[in-house]
Amino acid sequence: MRLFATLVVLGFRRWSTYRLATAAGAFTNTVFGLIKASITVGAIGAAGGTLAGYDALAGATYAWVVQALVAPVNVFHWNELALRIRDGDIAVDLARPLDPQFAHLAGFLGRAVHQFIPRGAPPLLAGALITGLALPTSPLPYLLGLVSVVLAVSVSFATWWLVNLAAFWLIELRGLLTLHIVGMSVLSGLVIPVHWFPDWLATLAALTPFPSILQAPVDVITGRVEGTAALGVLAVQAAWLAGVLLLGRLVFARGARKLVVQGG
Amino acid sequence: MAEAGRFRPYRVLLGSRMRSQTAYRRSFVSDLLGSVGIGLVEFAEVYILFANVEVLGELDFAAAALLFALANLGFSVADLLVGHVDNLPVYLREGTLDAYLLRPLPVLAQLITSDVSLRRLGRVAVAVAVLVVALPLNDIDWTADKVTLLLLTPLIATAVFAGLFVCAAAIQFWLVEGAEFANAFTYGGSYAASYPASIFSLPMRLLFTFVVPAAFTAYLPVLVLLDLPGPAGTPQWLGWCAPLAAVVIWAVALAGWRAGLRHYTGTGS
Repeated sequence: MRLFATLVVLGFRRWSTYRLATAAGAFTNTVFGLIKASITVGAIGAAGGTLAGYDALAGATYAWVVQALVAPVNVFHWNELALRIRDGDIAVDLARPLDPQFAHLAGFLGRAVHQFIPRGAPPLLAGALITGLALPTSPLPYLLGLVSVVLAVSVSFATWWLVNLAAFWLIELRGLLTLHIVGMSVLSGLVIPVHWFPDWLATLAALTPFPSILQAPVDVITGRVEGTAALGVLAVQAAWLAGVLLLGRLVFARGARKLVVQGG
Repeated sequence: MAEAGRFRPYRVLLGSRMRSQTAYRRSFVSDLLGSVGIGLVEFAEVYILFANVEVLGELDFAAAALLFALANLGFSVADLLVGHVDNLPVYLREGTLDAYLLRPLPVLAQLITSDVSLRRLGRVAVAVAVLVVALPLNDIDWTADKVTLLLLTPLIATAVFAGLFVCAAAIQFWLVEGAEFANAFTYGGSYAASYPASIFSLPMRLLFTFVVPAAFTAYLPVLVLLDLPGPAGTPQWLGWCAPLAAVVIWAVALAGWRAGLRHYTGTGS
């Protein structure tokens, strides 16, 4: 556990070097938040004031909270493992006395911890000033929300890990990674809340771990689900996390068995 | 030297890039599928919204699909042709821009022709497909003017987004590490352009019309095509001013690019 904490801290420090990049990212998240909030509020207005339980303020809040979380959960890019497999560095990871999945998860969480405030606060602040935010006033949703965010970041990692493992069998992964981003950005609720999906798409989303990455933590933080329902959401997230991580371990073991690293 | 001779270096460069991209068939196909996927995601958002509402910002689903198609067609073609200029920070950091400076051709022209991302044809295809389906679904009172406008709009939209990409690249001479800052205006502009500007607040509408001319790429022309009056601040007749917006954004882009290039001092060795 101490080792894990150290790796998380190292992940944090690695990302804290890029201050300007972080500020630029936060700015872009905020501009997108503004556009997204306008679209959600516009749609809710067009639907007559409420849409699937969201009134205008709740809809705007959804857009802003999603924008605050999008950097920590990392919907857009992670190919570190694929690059290490491709250039053979994975051999170094395999030689280390710690589990590669465990070490990468720690680094991924460290990155998320670093991005949490600097990438999360600006969109929320802008949201509070421009549209207002409908957030719960009691502490419980935030506590559960924190757990949910940690689970969400971990589920995101687990799916990225699995997709990256394709590098054991394929040379060029860009197309596959893009398709992963595509699937994740629709089905996680990044573009539109999952609760607005037509039935067939909602069913499809429920069959993937993606709603656990954004819709779930946002539901918990904003108090859309409370009490035992919130615990139920956390349980679903935890189940996906366990399942996808385990699948990742199995596939990794298979890939490592066929791995041949050139050079000396 | 004949006119054709002057462009020969660019033709050779582009030809080599295209051959290299299509050399690995399976990689290219998976890249194309990824690009189709991006186009579909963008459209999925419009589709899901209209699964819940009838009308958004005075546009029904057919009109919103037309708007989406025009904005996306312009953006994806611009992305295909010049989108790779957002790699500039990499050239700046690694000092590889110096190689471009040594060749007797304009740096911007070299950079633009240094690559063409054929995989982005996937997204172009999605936009064209949506356009072909959406156009007959709209009740448009066709006149010669409107046909001209419809034909010009994708070209102008491409020019506007390409100009935005060059503006974004020019800023990188100063920011380098803050490349993502510019995404707010290129990708953000494209995102805003795909939705009726009437759902935005007035300041935001003015921003995405007169500062980042996103509304000129699709929304304003669609207002003209459908004979809609347009919201406060952006009346319908502005739709005819789209070519002017393209000229202005390119003037800004080229001025910014020159200033940026003059600011560049190399990374040393």
